[in-house]
Amino acid sequence: MAVRLRVILPHVVLLLFAVIFLFPFVWLVMTSLKTPEEILEFPPSIFPETFRWSNYKEALSAIPFTRYMMNTFLICMVNIIGQLFSAPLVAYSISRIPWRGRNIIFTIVVATMILPVQVQMIPQYIIFTKLGWVNTIMPLTIGAFFGAPFFIFLLRQFLLGVPTELSEAAKIDGASELRIYIKIIMPILKPALATVALFSFVWSYVDFMGPLIYLNDSAKWTITVGLQSFQQDHGAQWEKLMAASTIMAIPMILIYFFGQKYFMKSGSALTGFK
Amino acid sequence: MRVSTAANQRKPVSGWSKKERHYVYLGLAFASPWIIGFLAFTVYPFFGSLYLSLTEYDLFSPPQWVGLQNYEQILADDRFYKSLGNTFFMAFISVPITLAVSLLIAVMLNFKVKGINYYRTIFYLPSVIPIVASALLWTWILNPDFGLVNMALRTLGLTDPAWLLDPRYTKPSLILMSLWGSGAGALIFLAALQGVPRQYYEAAQVDGANWWYRFWKITVPALSPIILFQLIMGLIGAFQIFTESYILAGGKVDGSGSLGGPEQSLLFYAVNLYQEAFVFLKMGYASALAWILFIIVLLITFILLKTSGRWVYYGGE
Repeated sequence: MAVRLRVILPHVVLLLFAVIFLFPFVWLVMTSLKTPEEILEFPPSIFPETFRWSNYKEALSAIPFTRYMMNTFLICMVNIIGQLFSAPLVAYSISRIPWRGRNIIFTIVVATMILPVQVQMIPQYIIFTKLGWVNTIMPLTIGAFFGAPFFIFLLRQFLLGVPTELSEAAKIDGASELRIYIKIIMPILKPALATVALFSFVWSYVDFMGPLIYLNDSAKWTITVGLQSFQQDHGAQWEKLMAASTIMAIPMILIYFFGQKYFMKSGSALTGFK
Repeated sequence: MRVSTAANQRKPVSGWSKKERHYVYLGLAFASPWIIGFLAFTVYPFFGSLYLSLTEYDLFSPPQWVGLQNYEQILADDRFYKSLGNTFFMAFISVPITLAVSLLIAVMLNFKVKGINYYRTIFYLPSVIPIVASALLWTWILNPDFGLVNMALRTLGLTDPAWLLDPRYTKPSLILMSLWGSGAGALIFLAALQGVPRQYYEAAQVDGANWWYRFWKITVPALSPIILFQLIMGLIGAFQIFTESYILAGGKVDGSGSLGGPEQSLLFYAVNLYQEAFVFLKMGYASALAWILFIIVLLITFILLKTSGRWVYYGGE
């Protein structure tokens, strides 16, 4: 009896929690398919009488959804390019080139991770205003070309675990550091770079404060700011609001399902933080 | 290596060998994107905001030097204390609760049962939903009249709070929402859990230690460095809560013309700072708020690191 309980109990506990974690999703999608009358029903039914897909069409036409999505994807892409250019260069410098000062750089990189963005936010806004970059994607993307501390940290950890023999051999053959970096290191880094690209996409996609501060012109808005304004204008139309939220969540869910192993990798990289 | 020993031994004026100097140039060259960004977008703004905090500046006319006036005003500002109190609530109540639940989920995800990978996917899923979308979902779930939670409470014959409309329940609402996202922290704990040697547990089991004892005497100490890390990041994160508050409060201002929902119960530090800077255009005042934030974050990190020696164990590897 005790043995059987030991086998069953973990399943029961996991299942219970899984239902709790999944139910808000079910509620999100089901609400998005109900009629306004069904939403106000008590007691509520989980499933609508018929799936009302027109909610999606109405939500999509109530705001320039496609435009917001395009704006968002553009920012995401530029950020990915920026991070893939800069973060591995810096990580290479502080993990593979034996130079004095690399530990100082690494310490500062880690220290800036705890620096609240608010401390730099206002002068940055003033700089970007003076450069005439407000209402452009520049303030939301330029930072990526200088390398995010988290990515530099992640790639450094990865590089420290890569044997040096291959690059040593190339060096003896007279290859320059840049050549070694491009021909040997970058291919090895591929899985870690995928993690960087993935997180870079996710961060830019979900960013709300950046676009809220820098994009005043509604034609330039990203999906987060667009959805927030939709909430203000159509706050009580829950079925449409949930339809819009579902569409917004879909790219993230897809990325998660296809890139799951890269998400897990960042978890294990962070345990190196001792 | 093409460097001769003779060149290596001949120290130039700087005290660095040719090879050392070569590597410094190389290292700097490779690190230059970060160095440039650090100087232009971190160091300069860092001191820039310190200067601005001593001025009055509305973006249109040049900054006027006012000395410590902004700081004096902040210390007499009700909204500052309100936002600080709300933020401390999140930092010292919500963050530990969320961490504890994350750890609990991580322990569950470490069960050796069939289909555990599906559970991992399910628990992490809410954390990939954009905050704007999940905040909208929770606004609906916690809707006082037609929300899922209150309908359930009513069916059970329990009292149904107005959640996001009742200042006493706005922060608990936010805690509920962050608990839903606790899978992200759980995954980091899980990675660490899998690194704990099995022998520890086997030895304890041989000694007859029960589950509870093993959890407190093996799991928690083994995970303590990562608990400390998540605690620091969580506390710093609490001081930057913005989007959740903005969406849950509907982005609207209350009767007094301030963001932060009913009775400013969701007016957090970062929300107040944003409002002073970008709604009221008080750039100097907001810069002073930013520097106070910086000092608070520094103090919290320092105190945690200083006191961590008592409860954090770094296993010899």
